[in-house]
This record gives sequence, structure tokens and C-alpha cells, in this order.
Amino acid sequence: MTAAHQSPAIANPAQPLNVIVATDCGSTTTKAILIEKVGNEYRQTYRGEAPTTVEAPFEDVTRGVLNAIAEIEELSGRTILDGDRIITPNHATQGDPKRGVDIYVSTSSAGGGLQMMVTGVVQNMTGESAQRAALGAGAIVIDVLASNDGRLPYEKIERIRTMRPDMILMSGGTDGGAVTHVVEMAEYIAAADPRPRFGSTYRLPLVYAGNTDARPQIKTILGEKTALDFADNIRPVLERENLTPARNKIHDLFLEHVMQQAPGYKKLIEMAGAPIMPTPAAVGVIMETIAKREGINLIGVDIGGATTDVFSVFNGLFNRTVSANLGMSYSISNVLAEAGLDNIMRWVPFTIDEQTLRNRIKNKMVRPTTIPQSLDELQIEHAIAREALRLALIHHKSLATGLKGVQQERTISDVFEQRTSGKTLIDLLKLDLIVGSGGILSHAPRRIQSMLMMVDAYEPLGVTTLSVDSIFMMPHLGVLSTVNEQAATDVFVRDCMVYLGTCIAPIGQGKDGERCADYEVALPDGRIEKGTLAFGDLKLFSLTRDQQATLTLQPAKQVDLGEGPGQSFARTAKGGVVGLMLDGRGRPLQLPTEQAARVAMLTRWYQAVGLYPAGS
Amino acid sequence: MAHSYTPGLTVTERTTVRRRRILPLPGTVLVKVGDAVRADTAVARAELPGKVVPLNLANQLGIAPDEINDYLVKKEKDSVQKDDVLAENKPFIKWFKTEIRSPITGKVESVSTITGQILLREPPRVLELRGYIDGAVAEVHPDQGVTVESTCSLVQGIFGIGGETSGELIMGVKAPDQPLLPEQLNQSMKGKVVVGGAFLSAATMTRAKELGIIGLVVGGIHDKDLRALLGYDLGVAITGTEQVGFTLILTEGFGTIPMAPKTFALLSAHAGQKASISGATQIRAGVIRPEIIIPHSGPAAATKLAQAEREGIQLGDPVRIIRDPLFGKIGAVSGLPSELRAIPTESEVRVLEVRFPDGTTTVVPRANIEVIEGA
Repeated sequence: MTAAHQSPAIANPAQPLNVIVATDCGSTTTKAILIEKVGNEYRQTYRGEAPTTVEAPFEDVTRGVLNAIAEIEELSGRTILDGDRIITPNHATQGDPKRGVDIYVSTSSAGGGLQMMVTGVVQNMTGESAQRAALGAGAIVIDVLASNDGRLPYEKIERIRTMRPDMILMSGGTDGGAVTHVVEMAEYIAAADPRPRFGSTYRLPLVYAGNTDARPQIKTILGEKTALDFADNIRPVLERENLTPARNKIHDLFLEHVMQQAPGYKKLIEMAGAPIMPTPAAVGVIMETIAKREGINLIGVDIGGATTDVFSVFNGLFNRTVSANLGMSYSISNVLAEAGLDNIMRWVPFTIDEQTLRNRIKNKMVRPTTIPQSLDELQIEHAIAREALRLALIHHKSLATGLKGVQQERTISDVFEQRTSGKTLIDLLKLDLIVGSGGILSHAPRRIQSMLMMVDAYEPLGVTTLSVDSIFMMPHLGVLSTVNEQAATDVFVRDCMVYLGTCIAPIGQGKDGERCADYEVALPDGRIEKGTLAFGDLKLFSLTRDQQATLTLQPAKQVDLGEGPGQSFARTAKGGVVGLMLDGRGRPLQLPTEQAARVAMLTRWYQAVGLYPAGS
Repeated sequence: MAHSYTPGLTVTERTTVRRRRILPLPGTVLVKVGDAVRADTAVARAELPGKVVPLNLANQLGIAPDEINDYLVKKEKDSVQKDDVLAENKPFIKWFKTEIRSPITGKVESVSTITGQILLREPPRVLELRGYIDGAVAEVHPDQGVTVESTCSLVQGIFGIGGETSGELIMGVKAPDQPLLPEQLNQSMKGKVVVGGAFLSAATMTRAKELGIIGLVVGGIHDKDLRALLGYDLGVAITGTEQVGFTLILTEGFGTIPMAPKTFALLSAHAGQKASISGATQIRAGVIRPEIIIPHSGPAAATKLAQAEREGIQLGDPVRIIRDPLFGKIGAVSGLPSELRAIPTESEVRVLEVRFPDGTTTVVPRANIEVIEGA
């Protein structure tokens, strides 16, 4: 991100950062955390939250921020606010270390986040690249228009006219290539004269990141009608994507234009010591940092009330998608609509009639802040979460792909293999870590519930570690890492990430009770657990994060653990608050279709790992 | 958390509401501050730009885009009638002549020598914005619209579908726990807003549509009936634009749930009066709830504005439980323990105690109750 539009309160690099307050202004709740330097390391010490105040009657996001910080003041005994002002810097040097903070930083997704429309020339080439650029910048993409998207020209114009995005990203053409199609799209946009979502008087920001040769024409057509800005072409040549300049430009315009229109954001920008980031962009920063630091492939998921964000880093390539209508409260009914009742019911360990279930889900939709009070309600929510997570990953896989339309070099060895370009980058066998975040995962009453929800939804293959964000502070740490990486890393490792454990899942299917693999687990206390993992078995061994077990598995001849069918497998694995899980349920995972058998099977699995209180 | 309860729905006999009536794009405001307006009074007008129809002349004439100016019969900003010739070639042999005719009546918006396109625009469409409620103009937003103020009785529902409408309020049942049955609807209810009790079925909705009833207000419906009515499974609660023949407002939720006695009593007391209703619901980002507004006659007196800020929940507050297993039950707050309590899910949450009219009590998470506002 460029520093062009930073606030006057920007952090002074020479000044030590010992006390930090960070907020995330979500669509419902504003969450504040306090980070303090204790000895040589940073720790998250207190948290507070308050309803977000973007909407009437307050219409000023800073009210919610101040309320959340006031809660931290109460809990910590520290004075942070002086009226409506955050006291910076900390008064330690004046002998009053309990007064003020050194910096305030924030992320925001309030008011529906950053909503963008993107355009390209070829839908699955520049159209997808533009979509990836916008998603990577933390946006929700409300539509992708392309010359070949199958819509007639007047339909495109009507669509542009009826949408009210916060910003448009235009792409199309390689540098030096034909300009006609991208100019044509500009003409459609000019004819539609789209209006921004907030404020009827300001011009809609538009980033042009297509063929550089077309810039003069784009300027003539759209220069007057939009707040036009240029970024380097996101697809300068067919074989390469260059998303960073467009992402940075989107961040700049987000601060410069969009945030200036949202209620109270001018004040918020002034209060903050670093540029405000869209929440998903900040989470993305953290995901990229973990993957880079540990040298691993990961999938991160943030399942919220309205949307589910999925992040992945495979072989260093970062991707993000947002499933705008998959969530656990506002969008819960849409999970039912998309997944279908049968897919949800397959995870529920009891029977319930369809009408009752449908009414319950709708009642959660209209009263999204309620929480499950009875165990069956909790089990239903967990079932819905599995489906939301599963659908969001399918969506992510379809967009996190290699570049499409790229000519591939083929050698003699490829003669018998027909591969197409644009294959998904998500390879679950090469996946090292799954990071879960969001209320249903972070606040599950038992950690095993979070772990099994993710295992059931993603069906990881081979060996995969799972973790959750303890109290949802990844956005805060993402924005903090742009100011002070050490503080962000310290808190992330010590207070944010809760390692749940490792899941070992052989690939293959067999009849219930049939041998899947023989295992030997050498535990750190010297004990050796030996046995046969049968198909349909779920076994859990206690193993903490700082402990390591040595595993040896001899799979059945049709079963693969990554070394090939029937090949033995040895590995060390770390534990976590849940432990080490051997998942013999087969991949792909299959559940009985007959109701009584399905309930019996689920009950067996859930009891094997102590998923819910006994007697449930 | 000090505010960990759901702000409730307002049900009040007398309040002052203000409703912003804003055009989708700048236009003309037709009234001034202080003017009395009725629900159907036009308060502002705007011209919505007409549809754009693009035609690629270069392709159709088989010429290069930068040559099209030489072939144009109509120039930029010219008016055109349907079937007017927009462009033509001038071949040596008349038989080879190609004429491109306008598919619409409107104007030539622009001509591009890069793409060879001509963009035609249909004439603008006039949009008139109505007052929605009987009241007085409290504020004029130049070129954008007005704020109308009205002293009224107000009932907010939990969920609705369909847009704004107004008509006479009429009771379809005698008690809040009675379902509204098809046989209780009749011809005299045409153009009126009918209030039911605990439930209405798909058959009642079909009958209401046949009779031309403009609004239905009821405690609850089944989700499957909503799906049948809309023709799709509603995924996200953003409504108000559905066109199902009437506006539907649920006061309690999904299922068979008796309408809160207070709501039923208030609506009964105003039977025969004119009501403005809107089914528009938006749960996320700027909560909009459906509403029934019954304007009081006479000028808008200075009564308190609805949605006054509350200072948390208090002992004795009337509340509705909004989550199973006691969904829909109404009682009063009888205890506010401050410590966290474990509930059957094993979560530790803040709870409160509710006393029901029969004297029994229960403990529920604070997140699972809703204060009945305007008491």
C-alpha cells in the first residue's frame, strides 16, 4: 500500500511502540484489542466490543470505536480516551505509563465492505484476473462483465446501471494488443453512467488496469464521468498476471473516495496512525505472512454472519475469495438454499421434520444475533457451518487457478495426458495448515467441534494441521503488521493462533469395519499405541502443541497416504489442544443415505472424539 | 457487554415518525416545508434516463470503425424515430445498398470511431415519488426529495415482503392466537390491510390475492409457504421489491406464533383507519424492518421520535424470547445476574431471568431476548 494518503496522526518510526490499540469495525460489532509490550514481547491483554455505529441513528463509525475502547479502559484501568480523542503517545516517559497508547490502527468492513464491479475482455482470462485483483484487495465482487460473458450489449449496460458499486476495476487486453474490446466496454460504462453506492454527488472511482495503449481513449470516454485512475496492466502478457499495482490503487481509492463517503470515516482516518485497511485485506496479509514464514501451503477461512472469506497460499501464490452470501446469521438461509436440506441434514445426529428446521433457520436469519441455547440447536448450527465451509471452498477452488488461456509446452511424456490450463491451485494432499476464524469456529464450546467441522467440510488428505483464531484478532494483527511486524508476529504466535492438532486422513474407500491401515503411534511419554484403523473409525490421541508423536502407517493396498496406494508411511506430527486425529472414514467421505444408519454413524463418530456432552 | 441484547421492535400508540423520500437520482421537489401531504401525493419527480441500445455500424456495413462518420445519416445528439435510417452505404449498384435503421425512438447518444458503435438512447421515463404516509413536509432536500413527518401509531414487524402501500386497516380474526383462514376473507376486504392472528397458510394467501387485498399482517407463516409464494427460497433478508399481489408483514417470526397481545390490541383499536404499510426488510447493514404506520389526524404535534436511544435492559422490561426452545414466549425481566452462566451447549454467556404471566420463570441468554419497545 502506498503512503500517499496517510493521516496526520501517522506513526513516528523513531518512537517506540509499547502500547497499541486496534479495532476492527465489522458490519455488526466493533472489536477492540489492547496489545502491550511485556518484557521483550508483545501480548494481547484486553479486549472490548460494542455495536458498530455506521447506521442511523448514530451514522458515525467512531462512536462504536470509542465505545469499544471505553470497554478496554474499564477492564484494564488504563486511560486511553480524552473525550472523543485517543491519547497518543503513551505517557510512560512522563511517568504515567497507564495513560495513552502509542498508536491506534483499524480495519473496516462496516456498511457491507468494499463492493466492486470488475470488467475484462475475455471472461476466464482478464475477467478472472480482474476478479482476483479486486478480491485480493479485500473487495466483494458484485459482478464480472466481459465482452464474451454471453450477455447482449444492452443487457450489460442495464446491469451496470442498476448496480451501485463503490468502485469499478477495468481490465482487458495485453499491452500492445488490440484496443477495440476494452474501449467498447468503456463506452458501455459511460452510457450506463453508474452511480456510487454512497453519496449521489461524487464521481464513482474507476481503476483502469488494462492495455496501456488504450489509456488515451479511456480517458476521453470516462475521464469526465468517473474519478478515473490508472494502474499497470494486470495481464501485461498472456502468460503473466501483475495484480499488485491494481490492488494498491484500489486500496488508495478506497481510502481517498469510498471511505470519505461512509459515515464518520473521515474522523476515523484522522484518529488512526496507519491507513485503514479493508478487513479481508488485513486477514490476507496475515495469511501470506504465516505461509511465507513457515514455508507452508495453507488455507484460511473466516466464516462470518454474512460472508465467508477463503484465503489460500499454495507454492507462494496467494488467493482470496469471498462467498458473499454464505454465513451463519444474515446469510444462514442462503446456505440452506444453496446446499439443500439433505446436505445439511446429513450432519445432524438426530431426526427433525423439514418444516421445523426451515422455520428455525429463517428465524435465525431475521434475528441474527441470537445464539443456540439447546444442544440440538448447536448441532444444527454446526451442520450448517460444515456446508457453508464446504461451499465456500468449492467457490475458492474455482477461482484459485493457474492462468487460463496460456499456451503450454508439451513434451513427449505428456502425449498420453490431456491437461488443460487453469487447473485449481488447491491441492489438499499438499496442504499443510488450515486456519479457521469467525464466531462459529473461534467460539465453539469445545475445540474438537471446530476441528471436526473443518475436517468434515474440507476433507483434508494425508497429514494436515488445523488451528483457529482464538478471539478473532487476525484483522487487527494484519493492519498492525504494516506498522510493526514484530508486534504482530508476537501476538499472533502467543495469543491469536490456537493449534487444534493434526488430522491424518488416508485416501480411499472401503466397507465399514474393513481394514484401512495399521498404525503405530509413538507418544512422547514412551507409550506406543498400536492397532488397526478400520474404515468408519475416528480415533483421537491426546498430544499437546509442544509434543511430537512419531507415526507409522501401513495402509491397505487400495489406500494411499501420499506415498502411493498400499505404500507405508512414516511421519512425525505435532499436537494441539485437541490432539492427533486418525480419520479412517475414507476419502471422499461417505455417509449412509438411510436415515437411521446415518444417525447411528454420526453418533458413533461424535462419541469417539467427545464432540458433545455425554448423553446428548 | 453493556448492550448485549437485541434492540426490540417498536409497538407504540403515539409517536412521531420521519420518513425520507429520496429520488434515485437528482430531480425536482414538488412540495415545500410545512405542506400537508397524503400517502399518494407526488412529492418529487425525476426523469430516469432511457435504455441504451448499442449498434455496431462498422460491422453491419462491413467498413472500418474510423470510416463510419462518412456513412452516418444521423449525427450525435440527433433525435431519431423507430425505423429511421441511421447510416447507409452508397454503392454504385443500388441493389447492394445497405441501410441501418433505428430499432428505437430516441436520440443518438454517441458515435465511436474506435469500435464502430453507435449508442442510441430511449426517451427518459418520468418517475414520481409518493409521500407514503399522511403527514407534513418537515424538510426539503433540494433536487433529491423530502422528509415527511407524521404523528402516528407505529408497529414494526420482524420480516416482510412487498413494497409500500396504504389502505384501511381491518381485523380478520378476533384473538391474537387465532389463525387467519381463507373463509374469513371476503369481497369487502379488497384494497384493505387485513390483520390475522397466529398464522396464515398458503391457501389464505392465494385467497387474499384473488380478492385484491393489499396487505396482510400476521404473527407467523411457514417458510415453505413463503417459498411457494415467492417461487424461490429466500436466501438473504433483503426484501421490499417483491410483487406477489400484496404486502405481507410478520410481527413475530416463522412458524405458528400468536401475535403479541399488545400489537394485536393496538391494531384492533385502529381498525377502520387508514394505514401505510411497507414490507421492506433489510437485516444487514442498516436495519430496516417492515412497518405499519397509522397516522393520527390533525397536524403533527411534537411528540417523541421513535427509536429513542435506550440505556440497556432493565428489570421489569417486557421481553419476547426469540430463540427455541421457548421461541415466541412473552414475559418480563425478573433477574439480571451479572456473572457468566453455562448453558446446555456448554457456552458461558450472560443470561437473564424472565417471569411469564403465569408466574413461572426461566433463564435465557441475553442474546436470545428482544425488548418490546414503546411500552
